[in-house]
Amino acid sequence: MARKVTYLAGIEGAERELTVEVHDLDADPWPLGAKLKYVGTEVPRLDGVAKVTGVAQFTQDVNLDKMAYAGEVIAPHAHAVVKSIDASAARAMPGVLAVRTSEGKRVTYAGSSVAAVCATSREVLADALAAIRVEYDVQPHAVTVEEALKDEVRVSPRRSNDTAGGRGGAMRRGNPDAALESAEVKVEAEYRTAIQTHSALEPHGSVVSIDKEGNATVWASTQATSGFAGGRLLRALELPRGRVRVITEHMGGGFGAKFGAQSWDVLCAEFAKETGRPVKYLLTRRSEHLVGGNRPDSIQKLTLGGTKDGTFTVLAGETWGTSGNGRGGAGCANFMGYTLPSVRMLQHTVSTFTARGAAFRAPRHPQGFFALEGAIDAFAAKAGLDPLAVRMKNDPHPVRQIQWKIGAERIGWKRNHRKVAGSDKGPVKRGVGCAAGRWSQAGRGNWSVDLTIDSSGHVIVMNGAQDLGTGTRTLLAICVAEELGIPPATIDVRVGDTRYPPGPGSGGSTTAPSLGPAAREAGLRAREALAALLGVEWKTDSEKVTLEDGVFKGPGGKKATFQEACGLIPDEGLRVRGTRRRNYDGYNRETAGCQFAEVAVDTETGVITVERVVAVHDAGRLVNTMASRSQVNGGVIQGISFALYEERQLDENLGDMVNPTFDTYKIMGMADCPQIDVVLTTVVSGFNSIGMMGLGEPATVPTAGAIASAVYNAIGVQVRQLPMTPARVLAALEGRQQ
Amino acid sequence: MSKSDRRGVTRRALFKGAGLAAASGAVLKPLEALAKEEGASGPRVQGPGAVKATLEVNGAKQTLEVEPRTTLLQALRLPLDLTGAKPVCDRGQCGACTVLLDGEPVYSCTVLAVEAEGRKVTTCEGLGTPENLHAVQQAFVDHDGAQCGFCTPGMVVACAYAVAKHGKDLTEAQAREATAGNLCRCGTYPHVLKAAVAAAKEG
Repeated sequence: MARKVTYLAGIEGAERELTVEVHDLDADPWPLGAKLKYVGTEVPRLDGVAKVTGVAQFTQDVNLDKMAYAGEVIAPHAHAVVKSIDASAARAMPGVLAVRTSEGKRVTYAGSSVAAVCATSREVLADALAAIRVEYDVQPHAVTVEEALKDEVRVSPRRSNDTAGGRGGAMRRGNPDAALESAEVKVEAEYRTAIQTHSALEPHGSVVSIDKEGNATVWASTQATSGFAGGRLLRALELPRGRVRVITEHMGGGFGAKFGAQSWDVLCAEFAKETGRPVKYLLTRRSEHLVGGNRPDSIQKLTLGGTKDGTFTVLAGETWGTSGNGRGGAGCANFMGYTLPSVRMLQHTVSTFTARGAAFRAPRHPQGFFALEGAIDAFAAKAGLDPLAVRMKNDPHPVRQIQWKIGAERIGWKRNHRKVAGSDKGPVKRGVGCAAGRWSQAGRGNWSVDLTIDSSGHVIVMNGAQDLGTGTRTLLAICVAEELGIPPATIDVRVGDTRYPPGPGSGGSTTAPSLGPAAREAGLRAREALAALLGVEWKTDSEKVTLEDGVFKGPGGKKATFQEACGLIPDEGLRVRGTRRRNYDGYNRETAGCQFAEVAVDTETGVITVERVVAVHDAGRLVNTMASRSQVNGGVIQGISFALYEERQLDENLGDMVNPTFDTYKIMGMADCPQIDVVLTTVVSGFNSIGMMGLGEPATVPTAGAIASAVYNAIGVQVRQLPMTPARVLAALEGRQQ
Repeated sequence: MSKSDRRGVTRRALFKGAGLAAASGAVLKPLEALAKEEGASGPRVQGPGAVKATLEVNGAKQTLEVEPRTTLLQALRLPLDLTGAKPVCDRGQCGACTVLLDGEPVYSCTVLAVEAEGRKVTTCEGLGTPENLHAVQQAFVDHDGAQCGFCTPGMVVACAYAVAKHGKDLTEAQAREATAGNLCRCGTYPHVLKAAVAAAKEG
């Protein structure tokens, strides 16, 4: 059943021969340097035309006959009991189909639903929601970590939950106490990051339609069609999975906050059942900021110790963050990436009266690396060493060793890194900095991709997974195209529908490496099927039929184009399935990356301008270099936004968010976007037949750290709190930082 | 205000009308009184029920029956079923609903449908079709100017306006300025700039 394959993997300059055991049905892994026609090229996304012409249908765009609209009254208090609700005026309005109220409900976060309406139009819905009167008995609350820690029992919904990096328990390795004692160089500092909301442009929500036979169709803005068609939604609909179809043709951004059905989707389903009409409910922007998920904040106290020559020996620290009224999730990946022989880390997730945090692109990482890289810069300064040299000295990853050199060259480290930080003359000071990133995702799951071809040569590739804008459709086409020898643009890919074979939820950069190998195998199976048809036609063994440069060849100079071969397919068409099996033993479990930033800091106004970012990343073998560049651009841009602009502001007295709009909650705009040089290093990961890894998360891990490092180089003082607003920059310059 | 006055709707009348509609059903009297107060020669009061508005959308005359509070964005999406322009912030902060009104870019969530009476509206769908793409749309495809695609229709319209305004000499700085009011969360900005400049060169 299995065979051994030996082939070259890794990266040029640090390649290694791997011997892996592959399943008999698996394709041979493509080695480093394999000549591929479509994989690894620039392929415009297949749904680009639909997106630029407004034809692409998102959940927000679904309009159905007799469709009703749902909405909610949300609590403006962090902690309160609903005393009374007067919904009589709303109930009496023509066009109001259903009203729900939650008298007596204990509200534990601002934005919590206390009443809901289903109405025949948006206008009636707005009037009805506005006519509902709610009285609250307001209770004491804590909405920030520091407030919650003051009197945990009284004002927190739950006791704090100690975690190390989100996994639970404290992290300890080596002999941290002795190492701290003996460290020749030791730095200690506190770093802080703010709560960041996901701010996907399409809000959470769904449209639920139940047909006359009782089958439900649900359009959802989700990162997991298969997961969405699960527990909570099925219970609300009182239907088995097989009678619920979830469609996510296109979705307007998720970034980790859109997996299973949530309370508003359940409401939508229940209203659809109750009213007998299709019901649509997508959150308002305010609710999206309040309850649509967020990246927990952090207070990270770190001590980094090592020897005078710049070798790290120990990292010790304690962190606090809040993930709202949820448990866990506020850990920080501040002890990863570098060689740290001794570690002692205690991480606390502090419960507060705010809505729950959610996974957000590389959970725990941007905040963790911001602090760790800050400590490394401080360490290098104290030891009198070049901060890049210190990083390279303690970096165990063979790929990142190569990447540091590429990035340093591109940013002009030797020329642009100030030997004396803050030494520029004049009020505007420049500097460069760098930071590492890591991730680990080679795909998982035994997912299948179905493929049909008809006698006209029309190829359809199907999987239920959604395309978040990462380019999943196009990626599947490329993997199939490589095996069939036809251009990816000629392949019709259908995704985002539970009628197709189930696909993974798109979290943790898992979709591409989970589905790519299955698509490749579907292409291979189709090629074999065509070869079999040609074998019969040419009266030869199908194994003697080969495909070279898009042309099938057989003994005796027989030739057939793809089109001609498809002509042999019976009218009913041909259907094959490709399946992904277990991962092989790969080259390196860690995805490497590093970024360099060049900034200008106006020391009179405190304004930081990011002028250039060089982002060097590995995602295994790249399938579509164009979409990969877009992914890295996105990671960098979100990273800059996290570093400089984004902060959920809560009113401590009211416990409500004071900036739930895009003019008060700032995300990076076009005007602030720097030049971004993306360098993608091809690494054959070895974990699957293509050698792929995921790229979504790793691209945003180093950014905040690199910018903070550059700011330090520019002004000679660390800004240790994100976002690095002008006020915080000025405070740091004046030595007023905490 | 001048444009509103021309269409016979004042901001004040609109706000009063909308507020009253939300509060109770008895809205006619105060609005009539308001009309009187403004004087016979004053602005025409519309609503609060549905009123007719005729606009030219992507080259075709469309007569709508909408409540005066209905924004142009809402009217385009339903009943007109032009869902390219997207509701994201609903208050002129993100640009996802950008359309051209008499050739000028506007946030359609901050324009009332009745304000567009008699005017020309061009949406992303009106610039080009899948079979016949506008140069900007083609350049967005070629340079990967879209990721999730939710901000894309607004970006495309903003870039098309910049290309029309500056012609083939459109600079990156001008493209940046033209799209400075369009937020994107996926990070398409660098590719959008590339696409805009490339489209301008194509003419």
